[in-house]
Amino acid sequence: MADFEIKDLRASVEGRQILKGVSLSIAKGEVHAVMGPNGSGKSTLSHTLMGHPGYTVDGGEVLFKGQNVLALEPDERARLGMFLAFQYPVVVPGISMANFLRTALNSKRGYDGKDKSKQVTPKEFRSMLKGELEVLHMDDSFLPRYINDGFSGGEKKRAEILQMAMLKPEIAILDETDSGLDIDSIKFVAEAVNRMRGPELGILIITHYTRVLEFIKPDFVHVLVDGQFVLSGGAEVADRLEKTGYSEWGKEETAQPQEVA
Amino acid sequence: MATVPKVEVGTDYKEKYGFFVPEEYVFKAKRGLNPDIVKEISWMKQEPEWMTKMRLRSLEIFRKKPMPTWGADLSVIDFENIFYYLKASDKQSKTWEELPPDIKATYDRLGVPEAERKFLAGVSAQYESEVVYHSLQEELTKKGVIFTDTDSALRDHPDLFKEYFGTVIPPADNKFSALNTAVWSGGSFIYVPKGVRVEIPLQAYFRINAENMGQFERTLIICDEGSFVHYIEGCTAPIYTTDSLHSAVVEIIVKKDARCRYTTIQNWSTNVFNLVTKRAMAYADATMEWVDGNLGSQITMKYPSVYLMEPGAKGDVLSVAFAGKGQHQDAGGKMIHVAPNTTSTITSKSISKGGGRTSYRGHIKIYPGANNCKSFVKCDALLLDDESRSDTYPYNDVDAENVTLGHEATVSKVSDEQLFYLMSRGIPRGEAETMIVNGFIEPFTKELPLEYAVELNRLIQLEMEGSVG
Ligand SMILES: Nc1ncnc2c1ncn2[C@@H]1O[C@H](COP(=O)(O)OP(=O)(O)O)[C@@H](O)[C@H]1O
Ligand SMILES: [Mg+2]
Repeated sequence: MADFEIKDLRASVEGRQILKGVSLSIAKGEVHAVMGPNGSGKSTLSHTLMGHPGYTVDGGEVLFKGQNVLALEPDERARLGMFLAFQYPVVVPGISMANFLRTALNSKRGYDGKDKSKQVTPKEFRSMLKGELEVLHMDDSFLPRYINDGFSGGEKKRAEILQMAMLKPEIAILDETDSGLDIDSIKFVAEAVNRMRGPELGILIITHYTRVLEFIKPDFVHVLVDGQFVLSGGAEVADRLEKTGYSEWGKEETAQPQEVA
Repeated sequence: MATVPKVEVGTDYKEKYGFFVPEEYVFKAKRGLNPDIVKEISWMKQEPEWMTKMRLRSLEIFRKKPMPTWGADLSVIDFENIFYYLKASDKQSKTWEELPPDIKATYDRLGVPEAERKFLAGVSAQYESEVVYHSLQEELTKKGVIFTDTDSALRDHPDLFKEYFGTVIPPADNKFSALNTAVWSGGSFIYVPKGVRVEIPLQAYFRINAENMGQFERTLIICDEGSFVHYIEGCTAPIYTTDSLHSAVVEIIVKKDARCRYTTIQNWSTNVFNLVTKRAMAYADATMEWVDGNLGSQITMKYPSVYLMEPGAKGDVLSVAFAGKGQHQDAGGKMIHVAPNTTSTITSKSISKGGGRTSYRGHIKIYPGANNCKSFVKCDALLLDDESRSDTYPYNDVDAENVTLGHEATVSKVSDEQLFYLMSRGIPRGEAETMIVNGFIEPFTKELPLEYAVELNRLIQLEMEGSVG
């Protein structure tokens, strides 16, 4: 049974319809990949799912734990168990990563400044962090740095996965977490994600390129072109894209990264 | 504010701790301003004649000078309806029950201890920090440092006092410095001898009595050659007062190779007009740093300045202003480059909310011959809603050669992208907004001693929740 269900989702940005009816069912334990060329609406999908105010829902439903997610604020969605790893993580000056992570964790646990028993203890926080940092090959020197401020592309993406590991979502959407990463970074990120895989987590990996799927094996692959799924299937769909790119749908883009690693 | 050990203070504390308590004069406070009142103030303080004369002369100047009209609207101030000198005991006549509820609520939420609240609210005249003050005094005395209230300094160090008083900010400087010189009372006096570094920040708290937070404080700091001192005035908790006009003067002399940092966190209740003149003279290779945080008050006008008198002198102003509903924070800085090879920076951060207004007003002057100077001004304004307002008024006057002058100004709103990012991690909107605002002023907060930084962040949180009056 689907734990997370997107039904005929339509969304627009600045008056232009981008998502033209997207449906997808994810059961916990599954990994779904959404692949698509630039501009096909992948980030529109991820942002709409998480509730970005710049994206207008024109129709459809998103159901999770018996709730219509689309009626919730982004923070409520997160506390319900959703997570979005951003394609472009946002810089927030003046707030340390450590402070951010701690605040997020406390919010997730429903700590509102009153019931101290819900608050993460410094000891617990440190030990959680330590393990996750190791897997991601990060050191704790980044903790006092401001949120994503001056981070390299790779550091930003790893920091996203670190947040995911700390917050332990039940539905995680990874928006092009692999793009801009060198092969080693992709492996570290994949290792961290694979560790989290399990019956309590459903994953939606959004990617332009097949490469990351070698490390995080998807159960299902969906191809998004011009705001609609044009093909859905198993892992073999990725192999097909690997060879022919998006040319079948009139897009002259390959599904392999062009840059030399 | 700093946590300090509490002690029971009885009537015998003068003997016990050597703390100065004003004598009980028979004096009936009168409203209004005239030579008789000024003479009376001076007489009660048993001041030398030169001070009485200077006060009277200043009163004349005050009367002649027109009200400044270039800044905030001051026309509502009624000078005839103000008490110019109140004994501590008169100020305390209020009771806790009479305090406005919003002030009480804020103390609650900040977790300010009872005794401290009473002091801040003007209900008690004494803050129980004499023990700290006493041991600190011993240490300072050993080093030859003088740290006392300005009235005592005039009495106990008359020569030193006369040499410097009014030399940085003469009475005729502006209408409010004239007023202050005519009726001043309280404030801090610090002298740091040659080569002495005072490692712990000196806080007005250590020697507070009601006059210290008076309406017309007068502070004088002299850093002799190669010395260092950090002075902290104010606190983050709102200070409740029924006095509507506060007009302080702060004069600082930083001699060759010395460094002085002056940190202010002020949070007056929102009925107050806070019109302050702060100026420092920095000599060869000396550094003057103003760290100035303004919350509260109805109107604040404050532009800390540094006169860079000799080569190598350096001046810094780092300020934060928060204006809520009905408030106007008109703040900034002035850097006067008199000598060549001097440098200055002004960093101003302002936040406006609920229709509040902030203005940055700055003046960089570089005199003829003051070549090879560098000055950099950066002002960032954050508007939390559409009703709020922020303006910048930078004035530059450059008459020298080979000068590097930089000016950067930004006005922004809390960014949707930042807000969405934080909220996507489960952080509720209000808390996320507070984080962004605290992040915005972090360059300021990180310069504060930790306990002040924590409190400032907490206070911003309260302001953001709209629970502060
Ligand atoms: N904030 C935005 N403002 C204007 N247009 C946008 C915005 N976000 C996305 N778009 C447009 O929507 C389309 C889909 O973009 P996006 O969802 O980011 O694609 P993808 O992530 O697949 O590359 C593009 O044509 C893009 O220009
Ligand atoms: Mg995208």
